[in-house]
Amino acid sequence: MPREIDREGVRRLVDHGAQLVEVLPAHEYEEEHLPGAVNLPLRRLEEQAAEVLDRHRAVVVYCWDSA
Amino acid sequence: MGFTQVYHYVAGKLDWLAAGGPIEGTGAGRPRAGEVARGDVPTCALDEHLGEAQGRVRAAGWDACVVVNQERVVLGLLRANELEGDPASRIEAAMRPGPSTFRPHVPITEMAHRMVDHDLENAPITTSDGRLVGLLLRADAVRTAHELHQAEGDSA
Repeated sequence: MPREIDREGVRRLVDHGAQLVEVLPAHEYEEEHLPGAVNLPLRRLEEQAAEVLDRHRAVVVYCWDSA
Repeated sequence: MGFTQVYHYVAGKLDWLAAGGPIEGTGAGRPRAGEVARGDVPTCALDEHLGEAQGRVRAAGWDACVVVNQERVVLGLLRANELEGDPASRIEAAMRPGPSTFRPHVPITEMAHRMVDHDLENAPITTSDGRLVGLLLRADAVRTAHELHQAEGDSA
């Protein structure tokens, strides 16, 4: 179960090398995303995470909001 | 999936944008409300008298004043009409309480449309916790949106 973090938590983790993952559809990601984030839409997350991400580094996933 | 350090930024991209965090993407370079808003708008406190605010606003060449607390959280707004009131009245009584506020990340084209559609002469731009970033003037929003439209038309 992922641990929940806030904005400051994101900054801290990214400073320590965490990978950012936006799970929104590609067109939303392309419009704007957090610096350095990669796009893995939710329906492809499980299948592509292992190929795209480094399992030895922390991963921070985010969506549009908490809804 | 084999990942042991996984975190969920629950508040998400909206929270990041509303706090004015840096972004990348095709929309990153487009002007937004926070950049166009005027940060030098005069401010005043609830317990002041209108006369004090009137003097300050006039000296600064403005016709609006935002009412804020000590943390710069927006409490109200004095537009031209309110600023014409009795100088002896307290700001709390003279102001428009709880004005509609907008976040810094809102694209300027969207702000221009809203301000024209709702006949808003100006609008406070605040962070997600209500702190004043600046006052966006409709004239500035419309002009910037127009310039953006022209520039995007030229580069198409």
